[in-house]
Amino acid sequence: MGLASITLQINGENRVVAIREADTLLFVLREKLGLTGSKPGCLNGDCGACTVNLDGWPMKSCLILAVETAGHYILTIEGLKNTRIQEAFVEEFAFQCGYCTSGFIMNGYSLSQLYPHAHSTQIQEWFESNICRCTGYEEIEKAIRRVLNENNNL
Amino acid sequence: MISFDFDYYKPDSIDEAVTLFRSLSSMGKKPMYYAGGTEIITLGRLNLLYTNAVIDLKGISECNILAHNSDTLTIGASLTLAQLGMNHYFPLLANISKEIADHTSRLKITVGGNICGNIFYREAVLPFLLTDSQVLIAGKNGLQKNPINNVFCKTMQLENGEFIVQLQTQSKYIESPFVSIKRRQQWNVGYPLITVNSIKVENQIRVAIAGLCPFPFRSLKMESMLNRKELSTEEKVELAIQHLPQPILNDVEGSDEYRIFVLKNTLLDVVETLEGAGA
Repeated sequence: MGLASITLQINGENRVVAIREADTLLFVLREKLGLTGSKPGCLNGDCGACTVNLDGWPMKSCLILAVETAGHYILTIEGLKNTRIQEAFVEEFAFQCGYCTSGFIMNGYSLSQLYPHAHSTQIQEWFESNICRCTGYEEIEKAIRRVLNENNNL
Repeated sequence: MISFDFDYYKPDSIDEAVTLFRSLSSMGKKPMYYAGGTEIITLGRLNLLYTNAVIDLKGISECNILAHNSDTLTIGASLTLAQLGMNHYFPLLANISKEIADHTSRLKITVGGNICGNIFYREAVLPFLLTDSQVLIAGKNGLQKNPINNVFCKTMQLENGEFIVQLQTQSKYIESPFVSIKRRQQWNVGYPLITVNSIKVENQIRVAIAGLCPFPFRSLKMESMLNRKELSTEEKVELAIQHLPQPILNDVEGSDEYRIFVLKNTLLDVVETLEGAGA
């Protein structure tokens, strides 16, 4: 055992990092790579604050080992630059304390990319994966619907 | 953070995985098969589980199959619940898969992992119990196919070093009328108070339940009561309730008395719905 050197494709860059094979992706992102946008909340897969994208799909980074993600494309909140979902969160003031925001945005980004015309049932199903302790759900939903509605009008 | 170290292996074949397990065991290690890994990670973090070698089964092609022909649906054990939730071949399985955990977690949790988990509920097994599915198990003696009702008794009865490769279900059962009801104490996500799955085959109702006892089960005795044509629906359910396995869960999700109260009403709904259905 000991440390293993792996290469992770994160936000378009190859990052070589020494890990314990028991390390979660969340731990490696935050403690080894300084990518602190993914938040530790419950560490149990319940809250969604640590959500990143793995090959385009949302993934709770507390529920996956870093070593599992070698060879996959990882996108964290730091990799999003001026995307429409980020703008919509600002426009709708879809945050209060902000702790859950990166997880909601990463989930919303995946949904809007994979299902640009997602329907209400799908929106509800996807966002039941994230918890906002400040209960800002109404504004968060408005932000997500704003992006999807714009897609529908294209 | 998981406090103990383990080695991570990702074999490409069934033989490699089984051989690796035996080799690690013979070296005094405590290997565990790993698919979605959510339970190993979460229980490991709390020091409720220990391993010093995990063998990831996701690289084995047979474990990732989803194949449907005119007779049989074959489901690889490493398919995620999210994949099965989107699969229209087996509507009951899709329905129950979409009710387990939450969408993002379902992208990680596998069907084999859910069935073999430590968690009480293991709801993914219910459709397979009802449909007399076959389970393909890999171990030191090669591959063995068994009826799931023979090898799932409260938990999956696997010997050390064995793992589920696939589940196989006959099409005739998949097309049966079904009811799937998950009652929670609150919200749309989370553990069930009780989950009842039921299908109707050759005019007989079959029922499997999770969340009532600390294990999922299908009870033939309960089914025989629910299918007594001479009785009213209420009488059928009252008799079926007398054949519940024990113990009944009595925890923060609900007391034992409340669970039975909810079960009675749920079974009434199930019987009334399926008695009017075809098959």
